Amino acid sequence: MSRAGLLGTGQLVRLALRRDRVSLPCWIVVLSVLPPMMGSTYTELYPSVAERAALTDTLGANPSIALLYGPAFDLSSPGGFVAWRIGGFGAVLIALFAIFTVTRHTRAEEDSGRAELLGSTVLGRYAMLTAALIVAGGASLLIGVLQALGLIGIGEPVAGSLALGFGMASAGLVFAGLAAISVQLATYARSANSLAATVVAVAFVLRGVGDATADVPWLSWLSPIGWTQQLRPFAGERWWVFALPVGCAVLFGLIGYLLLPRRDLAAGLLPERAGPARAGGALTGSLGLAWRLQRGSLIGWLVAMMLGGAIMGALADGIGQLLGDSPQVRQIMRQLGGQQAMVDAFLATVAGVFGLLAAMYGVQAALRMRAEEATLRLEPLLATKLSRLRWAAGHLVFAFFGTAVVLLAAGFAMGLAHGFRSADIGGGLTDVLAGSLVQLPASWLLVGLAVVLFGALPHFATAAWGLVAVAILLSLFGPVLRLPQLIVDASPFTHVPKLPGAEITATPLVWLTALVALALGVGLTAFRRRDLA
Amino acid sequence: MTEAIQVRGLTKSFGATRALNGLDLSVATGEVHGFLGPNGSGKSTTIRILLGLLRADGGSVELLGGDPWRESAQLHRRLAYVPGDVTMWPNLSGGEAIDLLGRLRGGLDERRRKDLLDRFDLDPTKKGRAYSKGNRQKVAIVAALSSNVELLVLDEPTAGLDPLMEESFREVIRAERQQGRTVLLSSHILAEVEALCQRVSIIRLGKTVETGTLAELRHLTRTSIIAELAGSPNGLAELPSVHNLRVDGSQVSFDVDTAALDESLAALTKVGVRSLVSQPPTLEELFLRHYAAGDGDRG
Ligand SMILES: Nc1ncnc2c1ncn2[C@@H]1O[C@H](COP(=O)(O)OP(=O)(O)OP(=O)(O)O)[C@@H](O)[C@H]1O
Ligand SMILES: [Mg+2]
Repeated sequence: MSRAGLLGTGQLVRLALRRDRVSLPCWIVVLSVLPPMMGSTYTELYPSVAERAALTDTLGANPSIALLYGPAFDLSSPGGFVAWRIGGFGAVLIALFAIFTVTRHTRAEEDSGRAELLGSTVLGRYAMLTAALIVAGGASLLIGVLQALGLIGIGEPVAGSLALGFGMASAGLVFAGLAAISVQLATYARSANSLAATVVAVAFVLRGVGDATADVPWLSWLSPIGWTQQLRPFAGERWWVFALPVGCAVLFGLIGYLLLPRRDLAAGLLPERAGPARAGGALTGSLGLAWRLQRGSLIGWLVAMMLGGAIMGALADGIGQLLGDSPQVRQIMRQLGGQQAMVDAFLATVAGVFGLLAAMYGVQAALRMRAEEATLRLEPLLATKLSRLRWAAGHLVFAFFGTAVVLLAAGFAMGLAHGFRSADIGGGLTDVLAGSLVQLPASWLLVGLAVVLFGALPHFATAAWGLVAVAILLSLFGPVLRLPQLIVDASPFTHVPKLPGAEITATPLVWLTALVALALGVGLTAFRRRDLA
Repeated sequence: MTEAIQVRGLTKSFGATRALNGLDLSVATGEVHGFLGPNGSGKSTTIRILLGLLRADGGSVELLGGDPWRESAQLHRRLAYVPGDVTMWPNLSGGEAIDLLGRLRGGLDERRRKDLLDRFDLDPTKKGRAYSKGNRQKVAIVAALSSNVELLVLDEPTAGLDPLMEESFREVIRAERQQGRTVLLSSHILAEVEALCQRVSIIRLGKTVETGTLAELRHLTRTSIIAELAGSPNGLAELPSVHNLRVDGSQVSFDVDTAALDESLAALTKVGVRSLVSQPPTLEELFLRHYAAGDGDRG
């Protein structure tokens, strides 16, 4: 790659920063403040030294907890606790950030045709990819530095703080590199994102299974998500582990650069096939069209959620067996958000995660409506006898029904696997399925809010992802951050009974459902009255 | 004659931008009506309001005897639309898109569909981006024309078509005209408008500045005259209909409002005409005059 290939990169970086002037600072601030915030609440959560010492033994020996959060090396200090509690999910978040950022400034620009306009100016062949990598990688490094500074600021050791910060940053670099490949392979921005996000999910599962089972610990070494924790920040840092993410990022990036000149602008390496000359019988109305547009993502989510459910269910039973039933452990589990027995608490926590994931599915399905509108594909449809409401109904079937299907499929798989392992298929299935089912109104509410945004503020419809992010952060980290109740209550998932284990209370489910109906009504009414924009 | 489209005093603003500023448009049933105006003058906005995709701020709009905002779904059974910006679904083939839109309109004429695919030489098995700009445009045209509807609303339908396809399009529209179909045709291609339209409306800055049959409009154009006279010209300069008068001895050249040709010719014959060259008026000249900003000659 010559210097000419990079011509104009600086301009493109500036353009990207201008376009992301709102979302980029949000990501950076949120991801940077999490570790120091959690570190400072640690002392409140675990005031006594004995309690802290016990944390490592109890939580560290618990495979199901390890499955969710990763290996607990040393939880007796705030830094060590933060590294364990945030390491895995934090790496997932920064990975997704890096992927979305790279795709947005490369593939998505090609899809929109803007890349062609830019490419016709004095711009090197590699400038776009390079600029995207600079923005995604630079922001990841900045997040890492800020995290480290924050932890040092609350009095944590410098070495551990740097290891944690740069560990996170390196996860961002790895997945920015991965996105450099996926944008060359896929035909559209959406498929590039799905491709890379699938790798994130696989990496998360590899890490989880590797950390949770004694016989295949090497699995977590295959996972870039796991490397963040294998650095062992605050627990005898292993600096050499940095070679893995850095080497991987460089390798991925290199592959991306090698692939780039081997494909055409706006085309992927995976070829596109010809389609049928006539439409099949199913493609007659709004539902048929929505099915064509949404089926790929629905099936993908369904498979992924069922796989995840089966893995979680199969491993859930381990939690009680290994730990016994000491009061100390129960106390800790309660503080982690669970309520009763270990297994139940674990299953309830996982059900909560499924609720969030299902909401993500639902929000992206609902935002398809905005994509159809913004790309002007809606116009010719509405110039037929199809009414706005009927058109929206086709997509909303997927946004709401699809969310339910995805969530219940995950619950079903988890319940079945759990019931199978605990030799009580009937009981396991009902308990776990109920735990998933109660999440539905909360997931739907986020979808409903996406519909409100689409209807009332179409240009800001993507802000629905911000709401999802808030709900995720509150669910995953709310309990350990000791946030004011008012803030924690803002997430619909806070009000969902933690099943199995807790009492089932219908009241929150009823008013959550009522809010969903209200949101749907408001969103659709606004959409019916507004201009297409 | 009934009106298929009747728009009066239409206004529409997008934030601070006033896109339409009291626009009038009337399209008679059975006519092909040209809709012209410079970029950003409000043609697509008007069409989107006619389709109920945008809501008018003020004025009255009637489409096929109904209110396009409130009765859009019913009215849309009777019309077909080619949008100004044609985008395709990435995972649907062109054939599927044509069928889908046809079915949504309430059925499509199989014979016409096949005939149009042949005529426009379009491969219906390609998907989304595999189509070139012109081919994407053809998908939209075939989708709109393969239904039997009363009204065709076409927003720059031939943008990107090659001359051969442009000719096919004209043939198809001429056939539609024979069958009494009403067509609203927004276009920047003056030759196309001249070839197809009985009446045209020209808009500028969201306002209608001229409307009428092509003959009427021709009447509004200027004819340029070059004449060799027997003596020096007399009284020509005083005529308000005469513009750009140049006198070179006994040779004069000037432009004259076609409607007022008589009086200038009378002034010439008074002196005696040796030779006369008259340049017939072109519509292009009229359009350009209306398109140009700060047009001061006529309102
Ligand atoms: N959704 C919108 N938001 C803001 N402004 C708009 C919107 N749609 C149109 N406009 C503005 O309204 C005016 C008229 O635009 P319109 O698209 O109707 O022009 P047009 O006559 O179709 O132009 P062209 O010949 O370029 O297609 C322009 O000034 C345009 O910027
Ligand atoms: Mg236009």
